[in-house]
Amino acid sequence: MTKPCFVHVPNSFRSQLLGLMLVTLLSSVSHAADWDIDQLMQSLAQTRSGHASFVEKKSIAMLDKPIESSGELFYSAPDRLEKRTLKPKPETMLLDRGILTIERDRQKHRLQLQDYPELAVFIDSIRGTLAGDRKSLERTYQLSLQGDMQNWMLLLVPIDNKIKKVVQRIHISGVNDDVRSIEVIQTDGDSSLMTIEKSATP
Amino acid sequence: MKSPAPKRGLTAIVIWLALLFACAVIISRSQFTTDLSAFLPRTPTAEQQLLMDQLRDGLVSRLILIGIEGADAPTRARLSREIAQRLRNNPAFVIVNNGEPINTERDRAFLFNNRYLLSPAVTPERFSVDGLHAALSDSIDLLASSSGLLVKSLLPHDPTGEMVQLLDQINNGNHPQLIDGAWASHDGASALMLAQTLASGADIDAQQQAMAAIRLAFNQAPSTTPAAKLAMTGPGVFSALSRDSIKSQVTRLSIISSALIAALLLLVYRSFTALALGLLPVISAALAGIAAVSLGFGVVHGITLGFGTALIGEAVDYSIYLFVQSEHGTNDRQGWIARFWPTIRLGVLTSVFGFAALLLSGFPGLAQLGLYSIAGLMAAAAVTRFVLPGLLPTGFSIHDVSAIGLRLSRLAQRAAALRWGVAALLLIACVILYSHRTTLWNHELASLSPVSASDLALDARLRADMGAPDVRYLVVVSAASRESALGAAERVSMALRPLVEQGVLAGFESPSHYLPSAATQQARQASLPAPAVLQARLQQAIKDLPVRPQLFTPFLNDVAAARSQPLLQPADLQHTSMAMAVDALLIQQDQHWSALLPLAAPDGNNIDATRMRAALKTTGLASALFVDLKVVSNNLYSGYLNEAILLSLGGLVAIVGLLLVALRSPLRLLRIIAPLAAAVLTVTAGLAVFGQQLIILHLVGLLLVVAVGSNYALFFDRRDSNSAMLPRTYASLLFANMTTVAGFGLLAFSSVPVLQALGATVAPGVILALIFSAIFARQPDAPAH
Repeated sequence: MTKPCFVHVPNSFRSQLLGLMLVTLLSSVSHAADWDIDQLMQSLAQTRSGHASFVEKKSIAMLDKPIESSGELFYSAPDRLEKRTLKPKPETMLLDRGILTIERDRQKHRLQLQDYPELAVFIDSIRGTLAGDRKSLERTYQLSLQGDMQNWMLLLVPIDNKIKKVVQRIHISGVNDDVRSIEVIQTDGDSSLMTIEKSATP
Repeated sequence: MKSPAPKRGLTAIVIWLALLFACAVIISRSQFTTDLSAFLPRTPTAEQQLLMDQLRDGLVSRLILIGIEGADAPTRARLSREIAQRLRNNPAFVIVNNGEPINTERDRAFLFNNRYLLSPAVTPERFSVDGLHAALSDSIDLLASSSGLLVKSLLPHDPTGEMVQLLDQINNGNHPQLIDGAWASHDGASALMLAQTLASGADIDAQQQAMAAIRLAFNQAPSTTPAAKLAMTGPGVFSALSRDSIKSQVTRLSIISSALIAALLLLVYRSFTALALGLLPVISAALAGIAAVSLGFGVVHGITLGFGTALIGEAVDYSIYLFVQSEHGTNDRQGWIARFWPTIRLGVLTSVFGFAALLLSGFPGLAQLGLYSIAGLMAAAAVTRFVLPGLLPTGFSIHDVSAIGLRLSRLAQRAAALRWGVAALLLIACVILYSHRTTLWNHELASLSPVSASDLALDARLRADMGAPDVRYLVVVSAASRESALGAAERVSMALRPLVEQGVLAGFESPSHYLPSAATQQARQASLPAPAVLQARLQQAIKDLPVRPQLFTPFLNDVAAARSQPLLQPADLQHTSMAMAVDALLIQQDQHWSALLPLAAPDGNNIDATRMRAALKTTGLASALFVDLKVVSNNLYSGYLNEAILLSLGGLVAIVGLLLVALRSPLRLLRIIAPLAAAVLTVTAGLAVFGQQLIILHLVGLLLVVAVGSNYALFFDRRDSNSAMLPRTYASLLFANMTTVAGFGLLAFSSVPVLQALGATVAPGVILALIFSAIFARQPDAPAH
């Protein structure tokens, strides 16, 4: 079950502060610490499956106000990811080995992820991070890590010019091996922020 | 007595030569084919006609699946691009697809620019205030969803989401993965391409040229390496391969079997004159057979010619009887005619009666075999009886074979001892047949296909990897014009849409998706409000939505333009992938048009035919037909098989009736029928034991065993127990049997299944028929030595 949110707030706030302090500290020591991307990836890779709830807020220039959606995420290593949106309109998106199935309005669409590079970069950044798949992430992005194990932030900057036209950067933050938020800044200024709350494994 | 004979002989020779000439003229004007026509019905039902059309020149018949194997993945992908580039410049190919985004841009542009003419959602209600509000709310929801990124750029132009509607309609996400920018198989071990030829699958020459062009493009591609291998499959490829294999086999078989039989005859006769004369009835038979089929059917199938090579071994029998049975050293052919001709005539008649049954078959392949056999055997017998005696030079004789005859007659006298053995063998055969009764027959049309198992396996593999269309379910509507065919397709589409929502169908295609009828296009244009009206309604519709009206200026402009844009014509589709679809789905035949709507079955399920037919009934279209091509083709073949069984039984009854009339004795009839029945049972059991499932041609083979075997049995038949069989008769039977076995035995090694089935049945069957005839023959009463 999802724990009530407020219990977490002070905790994460404190660790964030701690994290910030550590960042300043560590950057002066110039990565002397033994916490690096490889370790993060290793600890992320240990999660073989997970279940979480999410809230996604999209800011789109065309729309006067941000739109919010929420639902659940299911993940099982290494390449199955399901995003079940419940509000405002039910929609299921399932990524299974390169095939993306979107179910909406009783209609089912099967897409090959490779055919939709714009979608692929998003989804692969999430999948790659959850799977701790550094190789796959580095194919598309330049990675850099800030923070420590208790509060890390992974920055993904696209390498490919084609993708740069769509995505400017992606911030993924987390605590230990939990991914807590994914923020995508698009090149046209639109952005989306997905906050993730881990649920107890059913 | 002596004087009229040569004169009559001369008349016969003249008539014979005239007939041969006529046959030669007919044959020189004949058409030969190796296509599927032999396996398709002569008087098809509407559904069967559709199956035939699809097989002949349907979309699927024009697809060539190409696999590039070996080498490494980047090389394969490079090869794929090089071959595709070259083939795209070849007008013989309409589409060459290997995953490169060649048409994607053009397709999207076509759909986008014509969205208001193409989208089924364009109705007056959709452009009312409420309709716009609902459509815009949906679009905003979609923007917030996971696929929002895909539609974001569309919103200002297409807030009602017509483009999404259209993409939904043609959504076919079932294509292969890309590796290094080219389609690849599931296991990644081969690059895949899909080519559609301009020519229909039935145009075998064109298909062969297309295959050659692909091979050339592969061989000459800059990246080609010896490690890379090219594989091709598809209906057209199969047709071309089948033709090659039938052609080469018929040629090879006829050469080998002629040589073999000639060698056999030479060994027996030890005389070239006898050999040459003996082959005259055979040549006459072949010419008469082909000419008769050509006259009767207008076209001669390669399979019939292949069968003809085997019949050489049977047609030569009559001259063997004449030469061997004639009293040695005398020149008196009249004696042979008086003594043996009635028996041979009865033998020919039984064969003709047996084959006449096949003439009635609705399966052109069978009917051709029947006609060929009847014409051929009658010609061979008539030439032997009327022409050959007149041609024999004075003092003509062949090598003395009486020594062999004597040995054989002694063997035959002891053969009766084996009766119990045969009875036991028959019992075993019956047990085997009973235990194999469920798997005895092969009920699939594919069993007749001359395509080898390895080619079929390659096809199945590439097809699965490609997700290539496997058109099984179709709705077809016919009309007098393209417009009304499209209109009918639209009405069917309306009836099918609810079935998709209910999950009865996974989806369907229609030519009207890409080229709506003019009436529908006009109706859609009329649904679009005038600019001022639309602007006012839009203002009202977005009141409570998080968007500003200025955003939709492009939308207002596009709708205004769409109201007066010229209606879509077939030519507008050119150079898009939709052109291929419309081309394949909208077919003109003479003065009438058919629209095809291929249906996709829900995952792992069949389509419920009753619900489909009920839905079609609601359209009120009399011509709307739901067709399950697999059921049609299997029914077709089952129909053939059942018909062939009935016809064979009919032939059998005719033979029995004929013999009963001719012999006037049930007991003598039984002595003739018993060895034939035993041979048929034993051969069938043998085929079952060796795991051969019976197809139609096995059945024809069994009929041949009865037809040929009846000749043997008739020679063994004696009116009374006193007349003994002459040793030279035994010898003639053995020789006749050997030539038949040689002719049909060769077929058994053919890789064309229909010919193989025939050979594997007839060769052992006639040997058994001869042996059983000897065993069951009436024994002379207490020989006095």
